[in-house]
Amino acid sequence: MKNLILTTAALAVTAGMAMADGHAVVRMGTEGAYPPYNFINDAGEVDGFERELGDELCLRAELTCEWVTNEWDSIIPNLVSGNYDTIIAGMSITDERDEVIDFTQNYTQPDPSSYLVASADADITGGVIAAQTGTIQASFIAASGATLVEFATPEETVAAVKNGEADAVLADNAYLAPIADEDGDLQLLDQKELIGGGVGMGLRESDGELKGKFDAAIQSMKDDGTLNALITKWEVGEQF
Amino acid sequence: MACYLTTGKHMSIYWSVLTVLLLLGITAPTALAFGFAGASAARSRIAPVSWLGRGYIAVVRGVPDIAFFLFFVIALDQIIEVTRHHILCPDWVEPIRQGNDFVVCQAAKMPLGNAPQWVHESYGFAIAVFTFAIVFGAFAANVIQGAMAAVPRGQIETGESYGMTSRQTFWRILVPQMWVYALPGLSNLWMVLIKATPLLFLLGIQDIVYWARELGGIKTSRFTDYPHGDWRMWYFLALLVFYLIFTRVSEITLERLMARLTLGQATTAGEAQRKARTT
Repeated sequence: MKNLILTTAALAVTAGMAMADGHAVVRMGTEGAYPPYNFINDAGEVDGFERELGDELCLRAELTCEWVTNEWDSIIPNLVSGNYDTIIAGMSITDERDEVIDFTQNYTQPDPSSYLVASADADITGGVIAAQTGTIQASFIAASGATLVEFATPEETVAAVKNGEADAVLADNAYLAPIADEDGDLQLLDQKELIGGGVGMGLRESDGELKGKFDAAIQSMKDDGTLNALITKWEVGEQF
Repeated sequence: MACYLTTGKHMSIYWSVLTVLLLLGITAPTALAFGFAGASAARSRIAPVSWLGRGYIAVVRGVPDIAFFLFFVIALDQIIEVTRHHILCPDWVEPIRQGNDFVVCQAAKMPLGNAPQWVHESYGFAIAVFTFAIVFGAFAANVIQGAMAAVPRGQIETGESYGMTSRQTFWRILVPQMWVYALPGLSNLWMVLIKATPLLFLLGIQDIVYWARELGGIKTSRFTDYPHGDWRMWYFLALLVFYLIFTRVSEITLERLMARLTLGQATTAGEAQRKARTT
């Protein structure tokens, strides 16, 4: 943590002055609780697919970036009020969100959402399904016939299934798969739900210039295959 | 085990303990000052000052803490930024509110967008201290106001008969005596303040509750060297012990302070102390 702060501080001092206009430092907002997309590693730093991706994007767009964590609940309000400049937190591009903020092009393919259950005969049509508040999965369950229970963190949704409060969790496959692999009591159902339009970076609607830079950087990573390599490394769904 | 407890992430939770202690250390005296000012204002013979004091006490005590914490902090931050915006960027033509966006010029950002992360964290912390002080100051003001009213009128009258001015009776007679009446109420507030520190989390500061939840969560071996199941219970148990010890120590300290303040006071407890000494 300290090293991160020190290095970024040093970077900010040296590189920050060069850019007089626009964003001297781009603050990257993430949740830090959704592996493999983003999480806090043992050293207390932001890590994961989006950390690597974000650092590379900033390099290509010639921006100085700094990582900030924020609760998922308030991640959009804090973006629009200017506490940080981007959301890079495994956020799927949806029309509802697009009304409030802008998205870059998607940097992952739509990842099918999976059900994590304690027993294979769990009732996912009429039972109780856990999801994180304000996710595409939560709206999906709300629209289906099942009973939705929402939690503030992805962590708690899994805990709800383990202690029997919910019959299943619906979340991105990439998040649930490692948990199902390690926990003998939990498994994934074969049934998948295709929701969402892939993950993109969220920006303020008034921040068109920055959006353009990140769009171009994502495109260049798509073109030279580095994005695909990252997707394979962190197992976050299909390649482009 | 030793390795596990000293990972960078665990260092963060130890730091956050210090953050909480620092918050308490700064907030308590500040809130007390707010309370003292509020109570003195409410007692003032100048009507507008008195209204201000009473208004502060009534409004802040009436608003739910969570609403206050969520609304006031954002509002305060935006007021600061708008003010700076008007001073530093008078040529700016674009509106500040663009749809959902709150946009001020880069120079007006508080703290500046290119400031290192610790500046952002300290700024957040300062706002948190200020908010806590305002909220708890209002309660403290009410307690102190009551305590001032509880000092027997005869004590002040005695002072007046010696020819003291009202300022002199206030500082020399009323204030030293009112603490003994205020302390039980203030000690309650201190206890509540200790327990309210997790509200820091609402203000975006990563306090011990955040780290306990983060560290206790299920960790799979792909993303950490120390995979474990759901250990949140143990982390929260540790928090429970921390808070229990902390409140117990506070209780003992406050009891001693009370005994000291009671000494020689014209209260039942003071009288009991006097008798215990003489017999």
